[in-house]
Amino acid sequence: MGFAFYLVSALTVGGALAAVLLKNLVHCALALTLAFLGLALLFLQLDAQFAGFAQILVYIGAVAILVVFAILLTRGSELPREGVFSKTWLAGLMIAAAVFAVLGWGVLRAAPWLPQEAATPSVTVHQIGVELMGRYVLPLEIVAVLLTAALLGAVIVAMHEKEGAK
Amino acid sequence: MAMAPPLVGYLLVAALIFAIGLAGALTRRNAILVLIGIELMLNAANLNLIAFWRYGPHPEALTGMMFAIFSIAVAAAEAAVGLGLVISIYRHAKTTDLEKMNRMKG
Repeated sequence: MGFAFYLVSALTVGGALAAVLLKNLVHCALALTLAFLGLALLFLQLDAQFAGFAQILVYIGAVAILVVFAILLTRGSELPREGVFSKTWLAGLMIAAAVFAVLGWGVLRAAPWLPQEAATPSVTVHQIGVELMGRYVLPLEIVAVLLTAALLGAVIVAMHEKEGAK
Repeated sequence: MAMAPPLVGYLLVAALIFAIGLAGALTRRNAILVLIGIELMLNAANLNLIAFWRYGPHPEALTGMMFAIFSIAVAAAEAAVGLGLVISIYRHAKTTDLEKMNRMKG
């Protein structure tokens, strides 16, 4: 774990924190993009090139744009008068802190048994393609059906209601 | 921490991002921010999958990497449907404030 890991981790965690803490929703979406970029860099650092670039394409290219569209379509950039945090924010914060405490405790307890530095796996996109068409062909088809259904569902749900229905 | 395996760092970062996402989903009023929190939690899980794939005993089997790729695809579908629902609710109730959305009936 070198300097690059700490730098990218700080970027990712900072982006995530800003995404949940900032008041203006457009700023939140931009901070979220930063967190996604940091995660993609962490994937690349873990020698998962394909997953890293898929992360950039899917999250920064599609999900972030979708979030910005949703914010602008719902006038989310206007600050609400009641504040941005819910009435039960303290309970939510305590639950999140407890979850982090348990996860961190588990990781640190398990640290001596975790595997040490491993050899860099050499995985090519060709290998991934062969695996996707061979061993993982059924999940691939199911994901294809799921994405089609989600696309149709999202369009139908967000479509204008008929005038007579109101 | 100097002798700790490199996996520990990645797992702690993933746990931190998961907790931040959970805090965002539980404490914000805006429905879109809740979806952002859920996306962060999904991404933290993906980071765990990739990290265990990298330092696991059989990285050439590609299991963890494939799981992460499928998880990215499912998360994209989830984001599309979730944001479609938020837009639909906004059109109906003129708000994205979760504390004002307390009726199932339109």
